[in-house]
Amino acid sequence: MNWSDRLWVELALTSYLTGFGYSVYSLATEKFLTPRVTFWAICAGFLFTTVYLFDRGHAIGRCPITNRFEVMVFMTWSMVLIYLVIGSAYRLSLMGAFTAPVASALLFFAFTLSPGESVVRRIKVNPWLEAHTSFSMVACGAFALACIAGVMFLVQERQLKTRQPSSIFYRLPPITALSIVNSRLLWLGFSLFTVGLATGFLIGGRINWVQAAWSFLVWCVYGGILTARVRHAMAAKWLAALSIVAFSLLLSTFWGIRFISDRPSL
Amino acid sequence: MHIFCFGISHQTANVEVRERFAVPDSALADSLTRLSQVPSVQESLLLSTCNRTEFYIVTQDQNLALEPLFRGFYGKMEVNDFEHLFRLPAVPSVRHLFRVASGLESMVLGETEIFGQVKRAYEAAARSGTTGRILNRLFQKAFHVGKHIRSATAITRGSVSVGSVAVDLAQQIFGKLEGRKIMILGAGETSERTAWSFQSQGARQLFVSNRSFERATKLAEAIGGRAVRFDQWEEEFRDLDILVSSTAAPHAIVTRAKLEPVLRMRRDRPLFIIDLAVPRDVDPAVHEMDSVYVYDLDSLQAIAARTLETRKKEAEVCHDLIEKHVQDFEVWLNRTAERAIAPVPIECPRM
Repeated sequence: MNWSDRLWVELALTSYLTGFGYSVYSLATEKFLTPRVTFWAICAGFLFTTVYLFDRGHAIGRCPITNRFEVMVFMTWSMVLIYLVIGSAYRLSLMGAFTAPVASALLFFAFTLSPGESVVRRIKVNPWLEAHTSFSMVACGAFALACIAGVMFLVQERQLKTRQPSSIFYRLPPITALSIVNSRLLWLGFSLFTVGLATGFLIGGRINWVQAAWSFLVWCVYGGILTARVRHAMAAKWLAALSIVAFSLLLSTFWGIRFISDRPSL
Repeated sequence: MHIFCFGISHQTANVEVRERFAVPDSALADSLTRLSQVPSVQESLLLSTCNRTEFYIVTQDQNLALEPLFRGFYGKMEVNDFEHLFRLPAVPSVRHLFRVASGLESMVLGETEIFGQVKRAYEAAARSGTTGRILNRLFQKAFHVGKHIRSATAITRGSVSVGSVAVDLAQQIFGKLEGRKIMILGAGETSERTAWSFQSQGARQLFVSNRSFERATKLAEAIGGRAVRFDQWEEEFRDLDILVSSTAAPHAIVTRAKLEPVLRMRRDRPLFIIDLAVPRDVDPAVHEMDSVYVYDLDSLQAIAARTLETRKKEAEVCHDLIEKHVQDFEVWLNRTAERAIAPVPIECPRM
């Protein structure tokens, strides 16, 4: 990774940390500062990661998910992209305050990883592999945001159940809106992941069964959660909790699977 | 050029005295015209609400006498009335207006309705042409201060009455209340007030049920809802979003056993129950059920009390913020006054 690549991601991390720090300051001091600062900080971070991914993609002539560092940046970019679409559509005040620390943590984690082998020259691109990896990564972004919505839901639920609403309670979106967003993000992630999984079988060549089994397991976990919601009217509280558990599992097993696998793609 | 604020408020007089000084909206334009005809008055504005009637005057007369002005304005006045009037000179007037616009002088600390009332008073005066450079600047600054205080502090956050706390909680559960189905069970005074709070926040599907159907019909008509016979209210439960219960029943009428089959049909739709009855109408175990939130009178009052405590603490922060704005305005006022009395250069004839 050259210095200019690193610079864009460092700038993005700084932007997300700024948004996070500003939100923490606003909530801790109860000064009720405008959430627009966090929003614009996240927009700036998104812009910097876009520039990095564009530059990198241009240099290698393919979707920049060729090493662990790029995968992490791409996942962060996907999550923030969905936040920018969902956040403005549902006007979810304070969702940025929860998104910024997750984006910061993902990028920080990216810096701690050794980039591993990276493709630096233009190689012959398999469009199915490109589609498979990008759909799967954007799906992970949607799952990450569903996890954030789940955390926000549980915060609201706890405040309502303890009957002691604090100042954050009045700044978070209504619990019904959070439940809808959580559910829709899971559906979005699941649909994208299904497309990613299906295109994986069209790549051709030798199938990496470890990765295929892991992907199928993730698909089953999310599919199971959504089935329980639709068929058995699982309570929104459990949906929120399971979206957090599922994403934590996804994130923690992801690196183990990549470690024991020798293929660069998912 | 001097600014004065004088008048009467809930802090200086009771409602019997205040109502004699009140100026109705219909008489505002005429009152402003009469005020501007007082010889020494250059600019004037009249703020009249249920809690205060205040005159903001810009005049050349440093010792503007209050009594003749009031007698001239109101005609007949009782001798004791003057005991209730307050009079503030320039800088305290500015500070007072900033505090009024921020809700710090209101009966309910931090209420926001006063901001709109000040705005309407200013618009009426501007339309009547009784404001000038000083009052225009002063009131624009007051609106800026009001907004700043509201956004930078927690002075307006939360609610301080049981009805408003219930509405706030409902909005944090459901968002907008327009399409929500709300049932008022028991047409007592507290539930009626809560029903009005919901109605004022846009709730349109209101149902009222009471042992006396006649009373239920009366309240339903008043709030634009529909009356339901008391033996039929449980049939409406399946589609209900909010239940406000305040019956005189000696035991719980909403129990876990009664709710469980209904909740299964509702498919995880949240249910907000406001139990205003003593003894309580809702079994406390209902609150433990998924997606059901039960708030009784004590919990609502505890939230209201906490909010009031927070607002009192925030009032000190507001005071410091307002003081900075007062100083800014004082600087501008002094500069304007200096310019107004600056000697005009006279060209001397050549000798």
